[in-house]
Formats: sequence, structure tokens, C-alpha cells
Amino acid sequence: MDILFQQIINGLVQGSIYAMVALGYTMVYGIMGLINFAHGEVVMIGTLVAISIVTLLVQSGMPPALAGAFGVAGAALVCMALGWSLERIAYRPLRRAQRLAPLITAIGMSIVLQNLAMMIWGRNYMTFPPLIEKTQYEFAGAAFTSVQVMIVVVAALSMSGLLLLVYRTRLGMAMRATAQNPAVAGLMGVNANRIISSAFVVGSALGAIAGVMVGTYYEVAHYQMGFMLGLKAFTAAVLGGIGNFAGAMAGGVLLGLIEALGAGYIGDLTGGFFGSHYQDIFAFAVLILVLMFRPSGLFGEKTGDRA
Amino acid sequence: MSAPVLLEARAVAKHFGGVKALRDVSLTIRQGEVYGLIGPNGAGKTTFFNCMTGLYVPDGGGFVFAGAPLVADAPHRAAERGIARTFQNIRLFGNMTALENVMVGRHVRTRAGVFGAILRNGATRAEEAAIRRRAEELLHYVGIEDCADDLAKNLSYGDQRRLEIARALAAEPKLLCLDEPAAGMNGAETAELRVLIEGIRADGVTILLIEHDVKLVMGLCDRVAVLDYGALVIEDVPAVVQHDPRVIEAYIGVAA
Amino acid sequence: MNKWLTPRSTLGLVLVAAALIVLPFVVGMGGQAWVRILNFAILYAFLALGLNIVVGFAGLLDLGYVAFYAVGAYTWALLASPHFGLHLPFWAILPIGAVFACIAGALLGAPTLKLRGDYLAIVTLGFGEIVRIFMNNLNAPVNITNGAQGITLIDPVVVGQFKFSATSTIFGLTVTGPQKYYYLLVLLALGVILVNYRLQHSRIGRAWQAIREDEIAAKAIGINTRNVKLLAFAMGASFGGIAGGIFAAMQGFVSPESFSLIESIMILAMVVLGGMGHIPGVILGAVLLAILPEALRYAVVPVQKALFGEVLADPESLRMLVFGLALVLVMRFRPAGLWPSPERRRELAEKTQ
Repeated sequence: MDILFQQIINGLVQGSIYAMVALGYTMVYGIMGLINFAHGEVVMIGTLVAISIVTLLVQSGMPPALAGAFGVAGAALVCMALGWSLERIAYRPLRRAQRLAPLITAIGMSIVLQNLAMMIWGRNYMTFPPLIEKTQYEFAGAAFTSVQVMIVVVAALSMSGLLLLVYRTRLGMAMRATAQNPAVAGLMGVNANRIISSAFVVGSALGAIAGVMVGTYYEVAHYQMGFMLGLKAFTAAVLGGIGNFAGAMAGGVLLGLIEALGAGYIGDLTGGFFGSHYQDIFAFAVLILVLMFRPSGLFGEKTGDRA
Repeated sequence: MSAPVLLEARAVAKHFGGVKALRDVSLTIRQGEVYGLIGPNGAGKTTFFNCMTGLYVPDGGGFVFAGAPLVADAPHRAAERGIARTFQNIRLFGNMTALENVMVGRHVRTRAGVFGAILRNGATRAEEAAIRRRAEELLHYVGIEDCADDLAKNLSYGDQRRLEIARALAAEPKLLCLDEPAAGMNGAETAELRVLIEGIRADGVTILLIEHDVKLVMGLCDRVAVLDYGALVIEDVPAVVQHDPRVIEAYIGVAA
Repeated sequence: MNKWLTPRSTLGLVLVAAALIVLPFVVGMGGQAWVRILNFAILYAFLALGLNIVVGFAGLLDLGYVAFYAVGAYTWALLASPHFGLHLPFWAILPIGAVFACIAGALLGAPTLKLRGDYLAIVTLGFGEIVRIFMNNLNAPVNITNGAQGITLIDPVVVGQFKFSATSTIFGLTVTGPQKYYYLLVLLALGVILVNYRLQHSRIGRAWQAIREDEIAAKAIGINTRNVKLLAFAMGASFGGIAGGIFAAMQGFVSPESFSLIESIMILAMVVLGGMGHIPGVILGAVLLAILPEALRYAVVPVQKALFGEVLADPESLRMLVFGLALVLVMRFRPAGLWPSPERRRELAEKTQ
């Protein structure tokens, strides 16, 4: 019992963040089959923009919660613009090129964004100013904070919003249609370019919100933070079955839980041979295992060979 | 009196979700014959092919080929055993030359591995030369030796069909399965194709032919099987099949 | 074969050979640091050609190639350093490293090679990270890899009395350590070029290309796609292992930091940027990408001073920024790579019509 409940809480919080970022990968992949490697950097830029805005506003006397709202809005705007330009400038010209060309472009953009961020915000860790008062609660022997509650609530709200968008609006329908069959969707009058742009914009907005969550949770940010976060989130998306919205969410939460529980128990399980610094291994080990037995992820459709 | 059985299908069944694509299809193909498999669109002909060549695993029944059961797990095994095929919607290696396509077709009948390739010893060089020679012969055999160095995707439609047959023959099959080889061909091309198929049969290769062109099938085949809605309607010589009311109904439908 | 040995191509061959021989001395005039950069360019060419077998020939997207490089490097480091007190000779360690890397490749490949392209990519990427994390943490409770500190004082390549790390005088010519390694690396690189070339034009090479073109048709003509893919994977891994061993010997030091994901990505970028599957293109890509960041290191400060009179941007980030942009621009304007094979160029020209 001891740490089980505690680790579940930690895992849920981390998992909601993964889920938010994973959605960005899955939307783009579902529609155009591209691994947008630069998405993690978009999240990082979101965090750093939010830090700048919040710090500035708080210094000029605004209450932190309000400043935080402006911070989220500002970060979302910047990231949406960034996501849109990424697709427009870097990926669109390559839509008919060989499969690996956009991947290399994405890697190139990732390097560019990271180093741009370093030039703007410096190479040091930055503190993320507290947005809400951090109160600690206890429940069944486990401790959690108001910040953690806020993260889970905001993530749930954002993802519900996304589901509404995807399943209840014309844009969402067009997105699903394009993901199913771009050519037929085009024949039905869906403007594929617009849909792809929207996927980038919406995914980046979610990423920006996730970026603020990461910042408030860990209270620090850094120009290199996007890389590992992006990698884990992408893993989560694949775990759930990439291209599948519910899969990305479930994959994110699952990955968060696996990591937290794994890190909590690995010492006991291996008689102290492996310590918690093996935490990062879980994500990848589970991924490999899942794909070995379910080659299209947990919730992905089975795609068989066709003759 | 009749030639020995080469392939026997025993109650082969296959369904996709709720759709029964094949319902316990049993048939026998004898050595040296041209066996036609016909039926309306969606009757299950290609599915039968795919089960036989290992692309699909049947949900029931199985095949016995040349006296031993076909293990339906790996497509490459079927080719090793001596079953070669072409595809309805031509599947060539588009960015390889015509000659290279046929050379790849020799894969199952040749041995050289990585070390042979790296060391390029005498045995490997000899094998490589033999592969090339045989591929050139086969291109000549199907009549497209002039296109040897063209990329497969740049060949004309009819030549692509011929190249696919040459590639299949490269594996020295006992049974050659042709999936609608005459589709999209004009009268003259179909006539040439018929000559080619007759030549292959004369060389001792048994042929399974899926075809829509009923005239071609009836003229060419020794025996014909008709599939409808995944079930075998009849298996007999063309003269009988042609006049069977069930076949006429299957083809012309309720309107008849 | 003999049709290639025209007087003109013979002359070209002689000129290239002469250039390769004098190159380290010309470059050495600018300082031994440049010879080391040159050596790394060749080592990367070696790695890129190893990965080319996997990505370029067999069409398998491997984002964890550096794991095999790491296996080779650590094999050398553990078998030839004071860490365990072992000092095996190079002719023993290099094959052992290659075999270990090959086994690692087969272990990863066997269960995962049936995955579709992007899934395979992420699985290999995860494998690369797992290997790195293990190297980082296998210092307790039993110290195997010495953790993040890495392993130092690794033996150089020694043949008899001839030490590759020291400067010596041969026929009155002073040859430095890096220059000696240069010749060793050129020899190895020529070997991997030969292997690449021979594989490409062999029964196995054709099978790889067939799988890349149409996997179902490849199966139908009797290619055991799983085994043939595994072969490519294991071959590529072995070359990664050899490169790793040379790397460890040349540096005298290995640590997990050298085997991060970005390194895998870099090697893949070399293959794709140069022209996947095309041997000269891959070499070009590797040499360019290995030298470009180093050259930028020297150019960034003076250029800024000349333009603005002062250093405005941090040179380290600026050079990486330029590097990232270069990747993006090359893919934008030459999506098949800088020097693609003739077939691919044709393929692309048809697509854009």
C-alpha cells in the first residue's frame, strides 16, 4: 500500500501532461502521416513565453492567477503561430517528397527552435513563477497539491474541448474525413491544406497549455526541456495507437502511471539492483513490449497486408 | 488415365468480419493442365489465390501441394515449394530494371548470402552470372528482351504483364498462378498472351488462371471451376461448365 | 570490370589516391585539431555507410543506430583499459565488438522488424535510449560501465610495437597520432565502401531493394522478408560496432554522453541528406555534416565581428542554428538528397511533373 496511492497521483498528473502533448503528435500524424519531431520544441517555447509574460505582469503588480491566464493565452497564440508557420514553411513544400525528407526537416526545425530559444532566453534554468497558491492536501496517506489538481482539471477540460471540436463541428468532421482518406475528402470539397494547418494550430495550442502545466508543476524551465518531453509524449501516442485521439489520451495517462509506479517499485522488485534512475527505461521498454504484441498500439486499428 | 494431382484444396474457408469470402471450397488441379477459376466480381477468386500463396491464413481447411500440405504461415514458403503468382493489379518493383525484376525472381532458387556477396568468391560469381543468363533468357522467352534495361514502371502495360510472368517463371514454379492476366488488354494483346500461356504449359508448368475473359478461359483451359459468393458452383471441362444453368445464373444474375 | 579502367578513370583513381595520401599532412598544417576533425568525418562516413545498409538498401528506418556504436565502443573500453585490467589486442577486440553489436541488432530486430516504418523508428529510438540509460547507471551495485563518468585511459590501437596514438618518425617524416589514425580510418572506410557496393549488387542487395519497393510482391516471389531484413539490421549493427571500437581507441575515453539520440539522428541525417542508398551521396553527406558544425565553429565569431563589429549571438547556439537551417533548406530544395542515385532522381522528377 505505502506509496501506491501516492505514485498513482503523481502518475496521473504527469500522464495528463503527456496526453496533452501526445495529442499534438497524433493529430498531425493522423492527418498527414508525419512525425512532427519539432512538436516538443513548440511546447518548450510555450513554457518559456509563458514565463516571460507572467514574470513581467506579476512584476507590474498583477495578481498571479490573472497573469497566469494571460500567460497561457500568450503562449497559446505564439505556439499556434509557430505551429502554423512550421507547417507552411517547412513541411508543406515536402508533401510529395520521399518519406524521410520531412522527418529530417522536422529534426532540423527542432534544432533551430532549440537554439533560437537558447539565444532568446539563455542557457540557464528559469524559474516559473507560482500561478496559484500551493496548498497541500492529504488523502488516504497520499499527499497532493492544488497545483496537481489544477493540472489534471485543466487537462481534462482542454481534452474535452478538443473532443467537442473533433466530433461536434464541421472542422472536426473535415479533419476526421481527411485522416480517413485525403483524396476522397478532397473530392467532397474539403480543403486539405486548411485541415492540415488547423491540425498544427490546434495541436500547438494544446502543446502551449501543456507547456504551462509543465512549468507550474516543476517550477523550472529550460531550452532543452522539450526534447525528452516530446519523445515521451510521442511514445505515449504510439502506445495508444498513433492517429487515434482517445488512444493518445489513454496512452499519455498510462505512460505517466507506468513511469511513476515503475520508478516507485523498481528498487523493491529488483532487490535494490536497479534504482529509480532507470525511470526513463520504462517508457521505452513498455513501448517495445506493447508493439511486439500489438503492432498498431493499444487502440490502433489493425492494418493488415493487402494484396 | 488422368495426370496426378498437383494441388488439392480441401474445404478452404475464409471470412473477413461477417463476410464469408470463401465457403469450404474444395478443388483439385492436376499436373500439366491449365485450370481456370472464374466467377463474377467479388466471388472470392483472389481471396482463394491469397490463401493458397500464404498471404492470407485460411480460417478453415487447407491445401495439399505436390503430396505435402502447404503450411499457411509464410508466403515465401509457397514460392519455395513451387507456387509462383502474378497480381491482378500488377506488382512489379518499379524502380528496378526489367532484368533486375527477373533476377530477383531467381531468389528462391539461388543461395548466395552476405558473405558470398562481400567476398565475391568464385561460386558467387558463377551463380550471379547464371542468374543473369537465366533472367535474360526469360525476358527473351516472354518477348521483352529489348526492354531489359528499362525501369519496370516505364514499360507499357502489356509488357509489364509479361515481365510479371517472367519474374514468376524465374522461381521455376510447378504451379503458375495468373490473376487476371488479360485484364485491360486489347484483342491482339490477349491473343499474344494466349500463345505465351500455351507455350508455358507446353514446357510442363501447370497453370491456374483467374480470368474475366470467358472466351479466353474456355478456349485455353482444360478444366474450369466457377466460384460464386465464395462457394464452388461447378468444376468440370469447359464444354460442360459453359452450359450449366447455375453458371449462367451466376453470371447473368436474376435477369436471366 | 575492365571497361571501367580507361586511361581517364585510371588517372582519376591515381589522383584521388594521391589526394587521400597527402590530405592529413595538408590539413595538419592548420593544426592537429583539423586532422582530428577530418578523422571524425571519415569515422562518420563509415557509420553512415553502415546505416545506409539498413536505411538506404533495406528501407528500414532506424533511429537508434548509435546503440550499436555504443556497444562497440564499450566493448573496446572494457576489454582494453585499466577499468577491468584487461588489455586485449585490437585484432581480438574489434571482431568481438562487431559480434556483440550484431547480436544486439538481431535481438532488437527479431521481434520488431514486422512493425511498419514509423513504429519501427520509434522502437529503435527507444532501444537506443535504453542502451544509453543502462550505460549511465550500470556503475552500481556492480561497477560495469563506471556510469556518467565514463571509462578513461583506454588503450589505443597498437600493432606490434607500432602505437597509433604517439607521434613517430617514418622514413624521416614526422607522423602524428591523428595522422596515423587517419590512414587506418581510410582503410576501414574503403573496406565498408567495398562491402556496400558488393552487397548492393548481389542477390541479397536485390532482395532488399525488392522489399523496399513492394513487400508483398517480394514475399510472393519467395523472399523471406523477415530474415532478409534482419540480415540488413545485423550487418548495419556490426559496422556500428566496429566504428565504436575505433572511436573508443582514438579518444581514449568513452562516456554515455557520446551516444545520445542526437547522434543517431545526425548519422541518419547524413544518409538522407547525402542521398539514401547512393554510396557517393552518403559519403558526401557524412563528410559535410561532420565538418560543417566544426567549420562554423571557426567562422561564426569572425563573421559576426566583420558584419556588426561585435559578437551578438552566442557562437555555439548560432552554429547549431545554422546547422539546423541547413538541414531544412537542403530537404526543401533537394528532397532526394544532395547527390541521389540516378534512379531516385528520375523517380522524383516524375513525381513533380
